[in-house]
Amino acid sequence: MIDKIVHSMAEAMAGIRDGSVVLIGGFGSIGQPNALIDGLIEQGAKDLTVVANNAGVGHTGLARLMEVGRVRKIVCSYPRTSDPVVFEGLYRAGRIELEVMPQGTMAERMRAAGAGIPAFYTPTSVGTKLAEGKEVREFAGRQYVLEEAFFGDVALIEAWEADRWGNLTYRSSARNFNPVMAMAAKLTIAQAQHIVDLGVLDPEKIGTPGIFVNRVVHVPYGEPTVT
Amino acid sequence: MSASAAADASTTCKPWTREDIAARAARDIPEGFYVNIGIGIPVLVANYVPAEREVIIHSENGILGMGPEPEPEAINRWLINASKKYVTLRPGGAYMHHADSFAIIRGGHLDLCVLGAFQVAENGDFANWSMSDTDMPSVGGAMDLAVGAKQVWVLMEHTTKTGESRLLRRCTYPLTAVGAVKRIYTNLAVIDVTADGFAVRDMAPGLTFEALQDVTDAPLRMAN
Repeated sequence: MIDKIVHSMAEAMAGIRDGSVVLIGGFGSIGQPNALIDGLIEQGAKDLTVVANNAGVGHTGLARLMEVGRVRKIVCSYPRTSDPVVFEGLYRAGRIELEVMPQGTMAERMRAAGAGIPAFYTPTSVGTKLAEGKEVREFAGRQYVLEEAFFGDVALIEAWEADRWGNLTYRSSARNFNPVMAMAAKLTIAQAQHIVDLGVLDPEKIGTPGIFVNRVVHVPYGEPTVT
Repeated sequence: MSASAAADASTTCKPWTREDIAARAARDIPEGFYVNIGIGIPVLVANYVPAEREVIIHSENGILGMGPEPEPEAINRWLINASKKYVTLRPGGAYMHHADSFAIIRGGHLDLCVLGAFQVAENGDFANWSMSDTDMPSVGGAMDLAVGAKQVWVLMEHTTKTGESRLLRRCTYPLTAVGAVKRIYTNLAVIDVTADGFAVRDMAPGLTFEALQDVTDAPLRMAN
């Protein structure tokens, strides 16, 4: 019997190594898997490269992971979000590396990784600093920048409902990066507010099919309170 | 610009507020348009689209058919906009993941995107993500939007806090995109970006063309 549901955070985090590339879902704190991030802090992996849209809010979740010194580098599109106190301090002190990536390029690079596409051309960033050093090619009279697939060792994602096969649903705009990150990592770990029996989820509404998910943890934390 | 010119401009005219700028841009969006609104003043546009006009607003974080801010008792805590503020979904709205959201953006499906900016140049170049090599650069979805939407409008203050023009011959900050901007709404004027540079369509009440030119680094002309 396939059962991806694990019953402890230690089990969920087993095997995550120092130096891993960790994809973390969410847009601000909505859809950000804070319980898994706390589990990763507890597990102890360090020297991490984290990929997330923002660079943490306040002192919880991703911000806390950075605050306890586990993150060597962050790849994100928008660090200057509301209340990035922890990141800002580390960045100003030169204690964390930042790579800024256009948001759509970030999403598509991970989608490509999950979809078996090694690289693609995009019009985004042509003529800007973020295209420096990258191959530019013309198609039908317009210029495009070559971007490569971006893989994660681990993806930490947040879902609304899950079953034991790892099928996931999402809630409203908390879907965001979670489905593409689930596709792009070797090990995808999801936290879900609700665990339901196999067959209960409406197949028409499954946002991430279980094939992209390795482990599921039940985290019924209620409503997100911070954005 | 001289200090006295700035003083003249501010004493004789009533600049538009951020809300006025957003409301003015919202009025100009045609029925049936698919529009992305970015952070800053643009995010206010969602509050000013006339209720009877079907304009479908897209938010980069995976919302198509975004509505205005909710009443406090009707907040959905999983539903935020690009500025991380609570919003609503209009009947007929849809959610999508980030890769699909940016396929909408990059794939040329949006009629318009409305962005904030630090600077716009007379050739349509604009800058809105980084002011120097030492600040905290934050690009978000701006570079994708700028190349993907059929039209780009910028909503911003006409000058910086220290009175420097944000409308320039050439941008001095790192570019977000080349030749992308079609129209600018500021607290002082509505200006088209044309092959012949900036063309003024409208000015704040009481402002003269001369006073507007005084606070604008690039040359202006009145639109036909």
